[in-house]
Amino acid sequence: MKSYLLLIIGCSLVTYIPRLLPLVFLSNMELSYKRKRFLQFIPYTSLTILIIRGIITAESSMMVATFVGIGLAGIVAYFKSNLVLSVAAAILASFAIANLM
Amino acid sequence: MERHTRKNIQKGAIAALPVILGYFPVAIAFGLLAKNTGLPFRDTGLFSILVYAGASQFMALDLIIGGVSTGGIILATFLLNLRHLMMTASLSIKLRDIESKFLPFIAYGITDETFSVLSFSEEKLNLPFVLTVNILSNASWVVGSLIGFLVGEILPQSLQSSLGIGLYAMFAALLFPNFKNGKSTLLLSIMTALIYIAIYKSKLFTGGWDIIIGIILSSALGVFLIKEDSGVEEN
Repeated sequence: MKSYLLLIIGCSLVTYIPRLLPLVFLSNMELSYKRKRFLQFIPYTSLTILIIRGIITAESSMMVATFVGIGLAGIVAYFKSNLVLSVAAAILASFAIANLM
Repeated sequence: MERHTRKNIQKGAIAALPVILGYFPVAIAFGLLAKNTGLPFRDTGLFSILVYAGASQFMALDLIIGGVSTGGIILATFLLNLRHLMMTASLSIKLRDIESKFLPFIAYGITDETFSVLSFSEEKLNLPFVLTVNILSNASWVVGSLIGFLVGEILPQSLQSSLGIGLYAMFAALLFPNFKNGKSTLLLSIMTALIYIAIYKSKLFTGGWDIIIGIILSSALGVFLIKEDSGVEEN
């Protein structure tokens, strides 16, 4: 069997370094108000993008199930603020839809 | 152990629960696929321990099958995972009270999912809480990968896909309650969605650049378009 060590080490470095550098450099840096706001928006924008990407890149057979599952989780969380309940509802709904369609 | 440390560990375990449960079935699928791709057990484990980035690990297997060179796979992995740069940059604001010697450990454990849980945590981020979220999530990913390799079968396809949707559902469940804080959060999300769809459809940026450019563009637009003190920056 071929060894993939070189590949794994390379992939781990290019993944780890971008995770590390901002924490090291930005944690002690004074940030202007605008830069701070920019960084504070990132959780909202990146989650939105991950969600949209999840829907539009889903396999066509799972697209409806994905959309409904994600939407349901959002709605349940909006009204109930219970993460586990929201995720469980989404999984059940998408499983039901995936099997019905 | 101090009482409040134990309490923070407990809170971290609860916060990590959706990630732990969400990672496990996806990791099993990775382990099995890695085996079928021809990776030995050791390398499958090392992949999940050292790289620890789900989407890029699946992509790497795809590229191995496609015969792409080692350098090519590393470059593609770099681009796909570069989004974490934006995420840890954002987290750095919330981690200022944590001693800097711990930051390399925290950085290792930042994924889309742990970033989301930490960013939208109602707790003020402290070391025991953050490390608990990160370590438990990581353990689920690594153990799941190894089990997938050893057991060699995955759940039925529709169940597997539905469990995979659980992670996206978690993103929505973390994001949507913020829309209660005022119209601007909802506005920012809608704007971001439109920007990303435009970027994705234009096919100008691919292979990870689409995500990074989307995050930068929409966050920057947010700075200019969203009024100050509008509730978005409370978190």
